[in-house]
Amino acid sequence: MLATLVALAGLMLALGTTPARAQLKIEITGAGANQSPIAVVPFAGEDRIAQALTPVIIANLQRSGLFRMIDAQDVRPIPVQPADLRYADFSARGADSVVIGSASPLPDGRVEVRFRLMDVAKQSQLAGFSYMVSPAQLRLTAHRISDAIYERLTGDVGVFSTKITYVERQGNRFELKIADADGANAQTVLASSEPIISPKWSPDGTRLAYVSFERKKPIIYVQSLTNGSRTVLANFRGSNSAPAWSPDGNRLAVVLTRDGPSQVYLIDADGSNVQRLTKSSAIDTEPAFTPDGRFILFTSDRGGSPQIYRVPVSGGDPERLTFEGTYNVSPRPSPDGRSFTFVQRSGGRFNVAVQDFATRQVQVLTDTAVDESPSFAPNSRIILYATEVRGRGILAAVSSDGRVRQRLSAGSNDVREPAWGPLLKAQ
Amino acid sequence: MTELSMQSTAEPPARPAAPRRSRVLHRAAWIGALCVAALAGCSSTPDAEQSGVQVESRPIGEQGAVKKPVADALPKAPVGQPPISGAPIATDPVSAGKLPAVLTDPKSLLSRRSVYFEYDSNVVRDEFRPMIQAHARFLLDNPKLRITIQGNTDERGSREYNLALGQRRADAVRQVMSVLGVGERQMEPVSLGEERPRATGSTEAAFAENRRADILYDGEDKPPVGK
Repeated sequence: MLATLVALAGLMLALGTTPARAQLKIEITGAGANQSPIAVVPFAGEDRIAQALTPVIIANLQRSGLFRMIDAQDVRPIPVQPADLRYADFSARGADSVVIGSASPLPDGRVEVRFRLMDVAKQSQLAGFSYMVSPAQLRLTAHRISDAIYERLTGDVGVFSTKITYVERQGNRFELKIADADGANAQTVLASSEPIISPKWSPDGTRLAYVSFERKKPIIYVQSLTNGSRTVLANFRGSNSAPAWSPDGNRLAVVLTRDGPSQVYLIDADGSNVQRLTKSSAIDTEPAFTPDGRFILFTSDRGGSPQIYRVPVSGGDPERLTFEGTYNVSPRPSPDGRSFTFVQRSGGRFNVAVQDFATRQVQVLTDTAVDESPSFAPNSRIILYATEVRGRGILAAVSSDGRVRQRLSAGSNDVREPAWGPLLKAQ
Repeated sequence: MTELSMQSTAEPPARPAAPRRSRVLHRAAWIGALCVAALAGCSSTPDAEQSGVQVESRPIGEQGAVKKPVADALPKAPVGQPPISGAPIATDPVSAGKLPAVLTDPKSLLSRRSVYFEYDSNVVRDEFRPMIQAHARFLLDNPKLRITIQGNTDERGSREYNLALGQRRADAVRQVMSVLGVGERQMEPVSLGEERPRATGSTEAAFAENRRADILYDGEDKPPVGK
């Protein structure tokens, strides 16, 4: 019996590690104000290794909406060194920059990947790196190259090598998953026959806090992504939900009902030292720390309708931040601290919006009808959220200026509760 | 295991009239074959040791590779609810771990467990008071019994805000019981929010069915679907 179960587990894990490659069809609705024309030439030798790099790089750059991809699939011979480049060809194709590189298997089984980003007009190098990686790291390497290109050409931090988490539901089975930012390489962190909601990354990316209903009531857990162990963070009388990490990872804001109404509490990451932060008789929920760690944004209906408020972490009087409409919920601040995203109901539709802290100006970013759970990418440029297409839950992303949109779907399964992971140090 | 695939947003957006979620929920249909619970690193936590619920957690390797379950990974055996022990009670004896049949007798008010609410409301309507009173009396007569009051909402809006709205409904039922003399230790108001809808679909009838608080006795997996 045990052997069978372990074999089944092995099967699931195998499926999880080598998912069938779904069709990758990418078209962008809208585009950045200035799309940089770039040619990515297939890397020499990448057709002989486990994972070709340039298709991943091209998909990443294209999906960002900030690049216009110039076809360079037919360039022969494949240039490897800058000296091999015939700049006039790329100039004629309309490219401002060109990416070249190589992938060479080493005797020890690793692969040496080299790439250069060249300026076509100046015929000079903009960026260049080499990597010695295992075959399993090739996809991550393609993401890191994409980040390097993105950063050099846009001046912003690239987030292609970050991860996302979300909950996938198939019938009565709920799986908490993490995946690469492009949706590939999905792996199951937790599977349950009861719902899982509100997963949140610890700031160092090693743990997830989430709410599980496996004991017939909402209880908050913290689970390690490195060894799979997990602990109960909060299981008090009543409901325990809406975890949010402090920027230093030492504390979380949570919502408890142990004293009656749903209120925001602070709790140490080991589950100790519980302190009530909000003190109303209304609903106070969905806390989120500001990146400086000084404030907590939250949703409250203390004014008669759910609106977004801000309270100092040290306590004090909350300040109301939203005034348009009668339903503004799910606030999450941008990592740069300038704005927050939230869901606004208007005319029966729920849309992702963003509000500037300084000017209080609100911009609605989406035209879908039932958006939920928006969260910023760590570079503050993209907002990931859950929505629905034809009755099925999918993930979607919109650039924080509303110009570029993309969708991520998981076959026939329902996907919801996304959260974008933090930037991690290069491995 | 389905990989997320990127898709064009050139497709027409979902119409607001389209059904929002087709949630086919069979609470009893546990996925037995997948009860692997490879919780090698989890033995110190008392997770999911409740009958019928299966939870597996997985370590994720540093490079994103899933580690194989180690040889000593043991499936977590389902553990039953702690039996309710106690002296026989004159009015309605309760034996250890077994709930009185009257709780599920369709002829008894006690088989009714659901309190329905108006949209955006947590007011307990008068029509549900006799049922709540019957449960309050029963709890007073059976002090060893304990209930969970589970609040629910329809699917519209934020999941966490709906969780709080469901809590408010559960708490409204708790308050009625409390006024009738039931001690706080015999009842726990909790919320399932929009996560466990009894009715699926995005019709007004489904929404109304899900604006509800259920009374669940300890030892029950789910309330009998009586109204």
